[in-house]
Amino acid sequence: MSAHEQFADDLALLALDALQGDERVTLEKHLEGCSSCRSELERLRGDMALLALSASGPAPPLRSRERLLKAIAKEPRAQKIGAARRSSWTLLPWLAAAALLLVAAFFWQQSDRLAQRVARLQDESAQQQTQLERAREVVSTLTSTDALRVTLVAAQAPPQPQGKAIYVRERSSLIFLASNMPALPPQRSYELWLIPTTGAPIPAGMFKPDARGSATVVEPPLPGGVQAKAFAITVEPEQGSSAPTMPIVMMGAGE
Amino acid sequence: MSEASLVGAIRSGDESAMAALYDRYSSLVYAVALRVLGDTGAAEDVLQEVFMQLWRNPAAFDSSRGNLGAWLGVITRNRAIDGLRRRRPETDIADVVVSVEPDMAGDAERARAMETVRGALGGMPAPQRSALEMAYFEGLTHTEIATKTGEPLGTVKTRIRTGLQALRKAFAE
Repeated sequence: MSAHEQFADDLALLALDALQGDERVTLEKHLEGCSSCRSELERLRGDMALLALSASGPAPPLRSRERLLKAIAKEPRAQKIGAARRSSWTLLPWLAAAALLLVAAFFWQQSDRLAQRVARLQDESAQQQTQLERAREVVSTLTSTDALRVTLVAAQAPPQPQGKAIYVRERSSLIFLASNMPALPPQRSYELWLIPTTGAPIPAGMFKPDARGSATVVEPPLPGGVQAKAFAITVEPEQGSSAPTMPIVMMGAGE
Repeated sequence: MSEASLVGAIRSGDESAMAALYDRYSSLVYAVALRVLGDTGAAEDVLQEVFMQLWRNPAAFDSSRGNLGAWLGVITRNRAIDGLRRRRPETDIADVVVSVEPDMAGDAERARAMETVRGALGGMPAPQRSALEMAYFEGLTHTEIATKTGEPLGTVKTRIRTGLQALRKAFAE
């Protein structure tokens, strides 16, 4: 086994979400810096998934099928998200979450337009409520410091740092999610930059990854209507910089 | 129809694709929910909830990174444990990605995978199997299992690890 032997038992417990207390804290701290233990955890999670197959019993009653089909017929689909799809990234889940997040932000910030917006989104008030609650759940999940964040990659490959920026120009609205970010040196912070089609890079938020390398930037203050060519990340002093300090550690261009 | 194209059809709002997926996986989902909750009504609710989540947010499942059967199994287990322990859902479905080897899309593959898992569990010493099942189906922590069985913590831990390893090995053979 490539993972550290002293953590082998605890890794299995963590995969089952059965590890608590100090041992969990210690292991999570170790996982930050140990890719072989992280890989082993991913594999153990796969092994854990197999346990579902051991459950057996009667088939669900026929009424369950009818109930489901009736419910999906009643429920209009979420917004189409295919247009913005990028095959090389696992962007779809984030886009779906981001769509809900934007809805939620809209509800909170612009309550006077709530009714109009809701009417456009959904016909029935019960569905509006469901949507809002789901959006709130998404927001709390996305921003929760104790959320479990899992990025899976091909077996054998160590998890790579990933950032996902979702930007709506008309509303100057930006959501950024990062995973597996390397830990920072002391008194340093990551800074996200919006690279406009013309002009200098615009600061788009500072962030520090949590113990597991995850970070989010939600709705940083941005000038209105800037067309973005790309997004980039640099390492800056904690108070931030007005221009990026080279080198660029991560970068991605829009479509 | 392949799993990826079924999920694709669900993404574009095809209700018949949803029915096809239900027919393929409802028994697995229901069995897991019933095993955890021990109550048919509650298991039916989890069944409904899990498939509705897939319908509402099919993008949460990334077909390039694991198979749907395993993913649904994990989502169902987590939801059912949340229900059992009467806690708010802790994990959004989009956060759960599962990568497992065995293909479960066909009835035959699924039956073979189930047989392999049951065979591996059946071959384990009873206390080991029981520790694994308490963690998985009852959502107990290792300290809770140790208290329940009166065994040392270290023993419980090792049993769970070697149990998972035995499962992996059964599929590697």
